[in-house]
Amino acid sequence: MKLTFPHMGNMYIPVKGLLEYLDLEVVVPPFSTKKTLELGVKYSPEFACLPLKINLGNFIEARELGADTIIMAGGVGPCRFGLYAQVEKEILQDLGYDFETLVLEPPDKHFGQFIARVKRIIGSNSWWKVMEAIKFAYRKSYAVDMVERKVQKLRPLEKKPGTVDMIYKHALNSIDNAQSFSTLEEATSLSLLKLDQVPIESDREVIKIGLIGEIYTLLEPFVNLDIEKELGKLGVEVTRSLYLSEWISSHLLKNLITDENIKPFRDLAKPYLNYFVGGHGWETVGYAVGFSQEGYHGLIQLAPLTCMPEIVAHNILGKVKEDCQIPILTIYLDEHSGKAGLITRIEAFVDLIRRQLETQRRLAR
Amino acid sequence: MSLYLGIDVGSVSTNLLVIDEEHNVIESIYLRTQGRPLESIKKGLMMLYPRLPKKEKIAGVGTTGSGRQLAAFLVGADVVKNEITAHAVAAAQQVPDVRSVLEIGGQDSKIIILENGVVTDFAMNTVCAAGTGSFLDQQAARMGLSIQEFAQLALQAKNPVRIAGRCSVFAESDMIHKQQLGHSLPDIIAGLCQALVRNYLNNVGKGKNIKPPVLFQGGVAANPGIKVAFEKALNTEVIVPRYFNVMGALGAAILAKEAIVKQERTNFKGFNLIESQFTTSSFDCHGCPNICEVIELYIDGNLTARWGDKCNKWTDALQTKVAN
Repeated sequence: MKLTFPHMGNMYIPVKGLLEYLDLEVVVPPFSTKKTLELGVKYSPEFACLPLKINLGNFIEARELGADTIIMAGGVGPCRFGLYAQVEKEILQDLGYDFETLVLEPPDKHFGQFIARVKRIIGSNSWWKVMEAIKFAYRKSYAVDMVERKVQKLRPLEKKPGTVDMIYKHALNSIDNAQSFSTLEEATSLSLLKLDQVPIESDREVIKIGLIGEIYTLLEPFVNLDIEKELGKLGVEVTRSLYLSEWISSHLLKNLITDENIKPFRDLAKPYLNYFVGGHGWETVGYAVGFSQEGYHGLIQLAPLTCMPEIVAHNILGKVKEDCQIPILTIYLDEHSGKAGLITRIEAFVDLIRRQLETQRRLAR
Repeated sequence: MSLYLGIDVGSVSTNLLVIDEEHNVIESIYLRTQGRPLESIKKGLMMLYPRLPKKEKIAGVGTTGSGRQLAAFLVGADVVKNEITAHAVAAAQQVPDVRSVLEIGGQDSKIIILENGVVTDFAMNTVCAAGTGSFLDQQAARMGLSIQEFAQLALQAKNPVRIAGRCSVFAESDMIHKQQLGHSLPDIIAGLCQALVRNYLNNVGKGKNIKPPVLFQGGVAANPGIKVAFEKALNTEVIVPRYFNVMGALGAAILAKEAIVKQERTNFKGFNLIESQFTTSSFDCHGCPNICEVIELYIDGNLTARWGDKCNKWTDALQTKVAN
């Protein structure tokens, strides 16, 4: 059994860590590229949203590397993603790709089935070892997030553009390669130490922007056209509403681990939205309020084109923008790979914020 | 006296504009880009040079528009700005108390909301170009009319017909259908203008509080049919500023003047540029499955710039070579 799974940003690091800890054979698909997108677009229904297309491309490329079993997340609620695993399975079957697909539905909804599928994956491993592996994977995701948060803080300040991202790339590799708890810890602290050494200009004025929206477009740089790096170049410190380890701890570990970065989005969203609208629509609204209360200068909402939960959120954000007096920009992402349009919009958005700050300062004087 | 040059390289037009220290427009040029930005920039400079007073010097250059990076590289710009900021700056300079700017260009349309001369909100069309200049050009051509005749006809309409404005493909088939039913040309064109305005306000202008004074700029503002349709839909006067079709370039020139205060001297390479030969070529990099199309710029046969590679491998390689 050679296991594979779709890409979503840095998710491959903890997932690979988990499976390898259990001595299972893993095939990580090549990083998403235009080829992945082309393959996905070719075989997907035109009206499906971007994540399905890229997932499919990932699977086909993993198949070429010898993968024979897919682990894929299911889902519940109004978001189409809940059905994607099934649709992808059928498309791959029609194409003649011989895969076994193990769909993991959320354990809080389908516990029995979840356990059965997990047993199929883990084989003869003991439950104790599985617990250790989950802990290891969680630690990896936590390490990745710690490094990433630091990178997001340093990007707008670095003296020589690109230094931070070079270290970041190495850091991800070393965390990915760590095979034990002790090497993981070593890799993490070394990476953080290296980042601390990056020459910075600390008197630069940094604009703080919260990235909110749909999970896949938030986490996958290939899809969001590296928006975090581009914002960094414009002198922006980015914080996302979603980080891998937070997502794991709130969805898979049922909040066994508390994390001070997780916002009580249901309470924050209260005057605007009191209902699960699928995907991360609720979180988007709640985090928008939360970020603006924390004094962020602006918010950027990301979503795949036609994403229903985010369209709901988008319409509500107008009111949040008015009440909280915070600029919000919504960007829908689809197949277009041209970066120029994105750069124009984010540059104008950052200009808007900077010019507003200047005016505020002038008036204060 | 010092002069400041603004260059706006858009998908449809390339505009050059020169202002003096007091923001008076000395000269402006509107050219069709015709898919060849390098040549149109060069042509624009060639046309501009003899028209400028000989004693004055260009003290600063700003570029904007979708071709702003290319233009900046070519002429040596002091400031490179996106078109939203450039348009807003120009609008606030022309009508200081402006609160809404409607801008419709060749490929995109945008709305900018200002308060006290500062942008507070903006939006740009995202995945659909319905209702932009290119579509109007196409429709005029289909009817065998020049875009000027097309625009004037709209004003003669007695009873504008209703045309679907959701998507330009549907709008076109709806127009053909109405034509075949025997509606008059002015009524159809006026109907189209209304449909485009509806589409603009529902898409780009969605959720925006459009308050007067309202400025309408960009190439499409030359079309009085659209202006009238906007006035009807918004129930307020819509002002088309004098330099409506070169506002981006005006904004870039003003920004250049602002930028030059902070730096010592301009990066402008001078009008000698027009003597040089510009050529570009491109190749597909097969370093990874992204297969980036890398573009190379040659000035007088020397490779001077590269862009288009996701990983910057080629861009960096050239920079290191130049640095050495």
